[in-house]
Amino acid sequence: MITVRFPPHLKRFIDLPEEFSSDAESIPEILAQLESRFPGVSGYIVHENGSLRQHVNLFLDNRVVTDRESLSDDLTGVKELVIMQALSGG
Amino acid sequence: MAIERLALATRKGALILKRNGADWRVVHEGFPGCHVAIVFLDRRSGHLFACISDGHFGTKLHRWAEFANSITVDSSDPQEVWKELTAPAYPEGSKLADGKDAVLKYPWAMAAGSKKQPGRVYFGSEPGGLFISDDDGDSFRLCEPLWNHPTRTDKDLPWMGGGLDNPAIHSIVVDPRDESCVRIGISVAGVFQTDDGGATWRPTNKGLKAEFLPQPDPEVGHDPHILVQCESHPDVLWQQNQCGIFKSDDGGANWLDVSETGDDRTAHFGFVIAVDPADGNTAWVVPAESDMVRAAVGRKLCVCRTTDGGRSWQAFSEGLPQQDCYDFVFRHCLIQNGDELIFGTACGSLYHSGNRGESWTTIAKDLPPVYTVIEV
Repeated sequence: MITVRFPPHLKRFIDLPEEFSSDAESIPEILAQLESRFPGVSGYIVHENGSLRQHVNLFLDNRVVTDRESLSDDLTGVKELVIMQALSGG
Repeated sequence: MAIERLALATRKGALILKRNGADWRVVHEGFPGCHVAIVFLDRRSGHLFACISDGHFGTKLHRWAEFANSITVDSSDPQEVWKELTAPAYPEGSKLADGKDAVLKYPWAMAAGSKKQPGRVYFGSEPGGLFISDDDGDSFRLCEPLWNHPTRTDKDLPWMGGGLDNPAIHSIVVDPRDESCVRIGISVAGVFQTDDGGATWRPTNKGLKAEFLPQPDPEVGHDPHILVQCESHPDVLWQQNQCGIFKSDDGGANWLDVSETGDDRTAHFGFVIAVDPADGNTAWVVPAESDMVRAAVGRKLCVCRTTDGGRSWQAFSEGLPQQDCYDFVFRHCLIQNGDELIFGTACGSLYHSGNRGESWTTIAKDLPPVYTVIEV
C-alpha cells in the first residue's frame, strides 16, 4: 500500500483527508483512484493530457518524480507519494 | 440607475464592492489569495462566474448560482455560494502549432449567448481555444471549426502569443441582432467572425496594422487587445489594438485607424476601450505609454474620450494621479453606464467618474492588481 499525502493549499479547494491509502501500481492509477474518490482532484495535479502541472511536484518517498509527462516512475518499494506545490518564484 | 455594486477579479481574490453614497467597501471576498482572472455575470440567468488561474493547480471555474437574485451577498459564506464546475479542457489530441499538446493555460474571457440560447456561455482561453457551454457552464466543448481554422497552424505565420507563450481569445462579442453572429478577438491573430453559430469562421482584419511584423497588413497576424460592439448601433465596432485604436462602421469588414498621431499623441496604445451603448461615436480609452513602457503616458494618468467617432480625442486627468504614476489598466477593467465610468488598475486603484469621464475620484486603493471590473 502507498500512502498519499496532500499539500495544505490543495485542501483549500478540495475536501481531502490527511492521507489516502492506495493499492495502485502506477501513479496514473493512483490519480484515477483519487479522482474516483474525490471528483475533480486530478485536474489540480495534472493537465488534461495527463502531464504533471508545471508547479506541482510529486515525491516518491524522498525522490522527486522524473517522468513528468506520463508519470511512469516505478513504484516498487515506494511507501509514500507526497503531492507538493512547487516552490517556484521565490 | 447608478452603479451600486461591482465585482472585481484580482490577484488576491474575487471581490464584491458595494456603494454607500461616495463610500465603496468590499463586502465579499471569494478565493482569498487566489489569482482570479475573470469574473463574469450572465445577466440572463443571474449566475456569477469566477475563473481562477492558480499558479500551482491551474485554471478553475466557479459559479455563484443566481447571484443577481441574492439579497444576502454581504453575509454570504464564500464556501457556500461558490461551487466549482469542471473547467473547460482541450480534447485529447489537441495540438499547438508547434505540435505540442494543447492544455488549458489561462482563462481570458467569458460571454453569454442571446436570450434565445438559454444556458449558452462562451469561454475564451489561452492557448487559443473557444469553448461553448449550453448548460450554464456545467460542461463545455471546444469549438472545433475555429480550433481547426487553417490559419492557427499556418507554417509561415501561425497564431502567436502576444507577450504570452500562446495565442489567447480575450474578446467574445455576440451580435445583439443575431446570436449566430459572434466575433472574437485573438492575440495574436486578429478578429474572427462566424455568421453561422460557430460552424465556419473568417478573419475580419482589413485596415488593421501589425507594425510588429515584417509585412504589417496580413490577413491574420494582428493584435487586438480588446474588441467591443455598440449595442444600439451593432455595426459599429471598436478595438484597442497593439498598434492603435481602430473603429469599424460596417461590422468589422473594414477598420479605420482613429488613434491620435504625432509625437505628443496620447490616445494610441493601451488595453481597454468602452463604447457608449447608446452612441457608437462615443468611446473611452485609458492610454498607456508604448508597448515597451506600459505605464501612464508621461507618468500622468488620464482617460481619453471621443464623441465624434475618433476624429478627435479629449484627455481628462482631473482627479487622477499626475505625478510619478506607473499605473496601467488591463483589458477588462473599464466599464461605463450612463454618465458613470469606473476603471480598476494594475496597481490596485479604482477610479469613478460621474460626468462621462471628465473628472474622477478614487473609490478604492491598495487593492490587489485588478484584472476584471464588472457591474453586478
